[in-house]
Amino acid sequence: MIATVLLYLFAASALAGAVLMLVVRHPMRVALALIATMLSLAGVYAALGVHVIAVFQVLIYVGAVMVFMVYVIMLLEMRDRSLARRYSALLVPGLAGFALLVWALGRGLWQDAADMPGAAGGTPFGVQSFSIAFLNEYWLHFELVSILLVAAVVAAIAVIKVGSGSRG
Amino acid sequence: MHLLLTLSAALFAAGLLGVIVRRNVLVMLMCMELMLNGVNLSLVSFAQQNGAVAGAVLVFLVFVVAAAEIAIAIPIVLLLVRAKRSLDLDEYADLKG
Repeated sequence: MIATVLLYLFAASALAGAVLMLVVRHPMRVALALIATMLSLAGVYAALGVHVIAVFQVLIYVGAVMVFMVYVIMLLEMRDRSLARRYSALLVPGLAGFALLVWALGRGLWQDAADMPGAAGGTPFGVQSFSIAFLNEYWLHFELVSILLVAAVVAAIAVIKVGSGSRG
Repeated sequence: MHLLLTLSAALFAAGLLGVIVRRNVLVMLMCMELMLNGVNLSLVSFAQQNGAVAGAVLVFLVFVVAAAEIAIAIPIVLLLVRAKRSLDLDEYADLKG
């Protein structure tokens, strides 16, 4: 019962954060709204019983990605036209496409609503079963991901070097 | 389940609207993150529905790939800003390709 109430609460706050991202003006406030949305999604995951994913959501998204983003926003403190006029020229076609997408998604959800199981159908898995499966069966993927991260770091350094080399 | 899928679709639609409509490059990047989060939510809810540990591992891999994507995208934005001295998307209209 209390889990259902918490689920609805976190879902509503995630949606509120997403709507706030579209209307506020300054990039820093958009970043804070996105952090609120991500924390609410972590709360949704925890209310579903998948605590592993909730912890990863907070650690990786809020702890790494959004801190990086906030630092970049502070580095690029720019007062240009994108602060005064927050919407581009594509506002009307964008809204039309948005209405079309919402109509299509809502229609699909409405038609599939009858044969969809309830929220409490699954069995939640804990940290133990996750880590056993992770390091017994999927260790190769784990190593591949570490190689991908190294490649991303090298590529980021290369992009910065190319930029400063062509300028000076 | 229905609530979660609806929330996932709403987050994806809001992120897509933000990518199209907003003017600032950093805001567009953050709206892309919002789209990714929305899709991730449906993946997590289906994995929880089936009790599949493989779904949780897949979600973890998606998180790491998203972190790598941001690590590449941010230096590109820094280069664009260094070239044009602006975060406005209309300033980049002379990009070719």
